[in-house]
Amino acid sequence: MTDWSAIDRFLATDPRDVGCEQALEILHVYVDLVLDDSPGSAAGRYPGVAAHLAACGPCDEDFQGLLRATEATS
Amino acid sequence: MQPCEVSTGREATDDNVEAAAVLVPDADGRQLDGESAEWISALMDSGLVRDQALARLHELLLRIARSELGRRGGQHPITGPELDDLAHQAAADALLAITGKLSGFRGESRFTTWAYKFVIFEVSTKLGRHFWQKPTVALDAEEWDRLPDRFGMDPADHSQWKGLVDALHRAVDEHLSVRQRQVFVAIVLQGVPLDALVIQLESNRNAIYKTLFDARRKLRAALAANDYLGSSAQPGATAPTVVETRRRT
Repeated sequence: MTDWSAIDRFLATDPRDVGCEQALEILHVYVDLVLDDSPGSAAGRYPGVAAHLAACGPCDEDFQGLLRATEATS
Repeated sequence: MQPCEVSTGREATDDNVEAAAVLVPDADGRQLDGESAEWISALMDSGLVRDQALARLHELLLRIARSELGRRGGQHPITGPELDDLAHQAAADALLAITGKLSGFRGESRFTTWAYKFVIFEVSTKLGRHFWQKPTVALDAEEWDRLPDRFGMDPADHSQWKGLVDALHRAVDEHLSVRQRQVFVAIVLQGVPLDALVIQLESNRNAIYKTLFDARRKLRAALAANDYLGSSAQPGATAPTVVETRRRT
């Protein structure tokens, strides 16, 4: 049986998704929260950003890059 | 600490851990941690103090640009002097942006995290622009036949997924606006990276993402209405990113 879940997930949209502009606007705040707070608290405080990063590859790439850069210079 | 001694801004020495724990109001009334306050003070100073801080910040940005381009190495074919040149461009442009927006730093994060964001964005933009120097996708073909592979469908199940792919094709033709179709085809079928499409369409990431977001919603509704997909979407959780960052080889 073909698994169509990948297409289903691709087409599914999360109403909490804030979009690239808002997510990137506070990405530095989000990253500091991820590094400083207990796991999940950043996503808990900014669920719209978490929803966006889960759906947008380029913004998630920026998030991962900023996280790594900040960690590396800590 | 003297401005010239401002290094990464985050070394875990006893002194600056203590300093970072204390929020200091700066000249504009912002509550900054000690390290961030030192950066802002030095960058807003004049003469040698500012020059030294700028040099140190540029050094950090260049290091991060190089590291980030290396981390994304699987997504672009750039190597050698061209790669290092791109890192230098990203660091220089980020430094320019940072100094121009210094008054916009509100102390909501460490200064360095805020500053590093600019160089990460510059790397993304420059990779998007670089894509068009040697595009690796066929821009004149819609390549619907490749859709199953993009979504990991088993070729052996061709008879089963063909109906869904045909239905999706019809939905794209019948339900999307010209712009939505253009974006969907470029990103999903042709594999154009979103940041590269931004350059081509002279748009911005948010606008392109929003266009694709609306297209996805329309397509899902159309497929659900025809019983190809369930009616209840399950967003978030383990869903793959919608716009994958693709390897360009």
